[in-house]
Amino acid sequence: MIALFWRDVRRGYAGGGATLVIAFFLLVAVLFPFAIGPDAALLARVGGGVIWAAALLAALLPVERLVQPDLEAGVLDQLAVRGVSPAMVAAVKIAAHWCAFAPPLMLAAVIAAGLLDLSAERLLLVEAGLLLGTPGLAALAVATGALVAGLRGAGAVAGLVMLPLAVPLLIFGAGAIEGGASGLKLLAAVSLVLVAGAPVVAGAAMRAGME
Amino acid sequence: MSLLVAQALTVARGGRVLVDGLDIHVARGGALLVSGANGAGKSSLLRVLAGLLAPAAGTVTRDGNVAWLGEAAALDPERRLVDALRFWAALDGGASADLRVAAALAAVELGEIADVPVRLLSTGQRRRAALARVVASGADIWLLDEPASGLDAASVAQLEGLIDGHRGGGGAVVVTTHQPLAVPDAATVAL
Repeated sequence: MIALFWRDVRRGYAGGGATLVIAFFLLVAVLFPFAIGPDAALLARVGGGVIWAAALLAALLPVERLVQPDLEAGVLDQLAVRGVSPAMVAAVKIAAHWCAFAPPLMLAAVIAAGLLDLSAERLLLVEAGLLLGTPGLAALAVATGALVAGLRGAGAVAGLVMLPLAVPLLIFGAGAIEGGASGLKLLAAVSLVLVAGAPVVAGAAMRAGME
Repeated sequence: MSLLVAQALTVARGGRVLVDGLDIHVARGGALLVSGANGAGKSSLLRVLAGLLAPAAGTVTRDGNVAWLGEAAALDPERRLVDALRFWAALDGGASADLRVAAALAAVELGEIADVPVRLLSTGQRRRAALARVVASGADIWLLDEPASGLDAASVAQLEGLIDGHRGGGGAVVVTTHQPLAVPDAATVAL
């Protein structure tokens, strides 16, 4: 399982996957100043929320690459005949995806905070929120990837499936910037529920996809 | 002693019954050749035997590890061939995964291109690489879905030799094929 974990981490970073997430995240964050004007005070006030919205959108990018290639290449079949349960595969994929997704995103959030003129205290709350929230985002991404694997237009469907489910993360993540510790606790709770439930859902979806 | 037993096996796909009430016994050293036209249900039957698909009725009992050769090679295209094979050999467990991979690559005569990335391999080479994974797995039961597709005459002879060798070592083989494949004394199922 450790071999599978490292394989997925390596594949996550290979082919510019991490760079793509950073670039897309920063692009979305930069769109907001263009849209609402260069008012520094206003940007500093909405900046935390902007970062969270950008993080959600950036989380959509890798969804199609998480499960579908393995389904098509027969990797999931090979794991199944070796007696590895699909839920276990999903859990490993969630852990590996988090390792490939969260660090670049948290790094990019620092840059975005500079662009949006966020204060150090607010940046710290954003980073703490991302640390707690990204496991939930990663779990959601793998579950969505498993659900849409093999569908036509999987990318568009993935957005429709994943974004509504990620709304609680957005609410509590952005809320924690004003609410502090209590907001972070709620964010952690939502993240925990997603991490606990996603392997079962993703495993069942992979199982169905193989048949 | 039977490594693979199926009793009263019924396989259905999309509501259509493809195999009805089939009994299979494959003993150590035994082989089963499944033949039939395209779409007759060869692959579905093999997936049921591998446990990848639930049978509509009946039971499958496997007494040993299974090595599966499906349509796709399941080797990461960006990795070197030897590394892609080592990944699976390590998952299969047992000591000396590196040695088993090296021996398997030699058996399918791909030892010379072990360092080439998988994406650069030709169709036939990829097929033989997938076969090398089966050889390196050390599993008792080989389930091979159309192993000869895309192979030239020399490689088909090589495949037949590998199957004979595995049976000689006490393993069991189930092969689906729509083209002639010399597997001596094999039981046959025509779908």
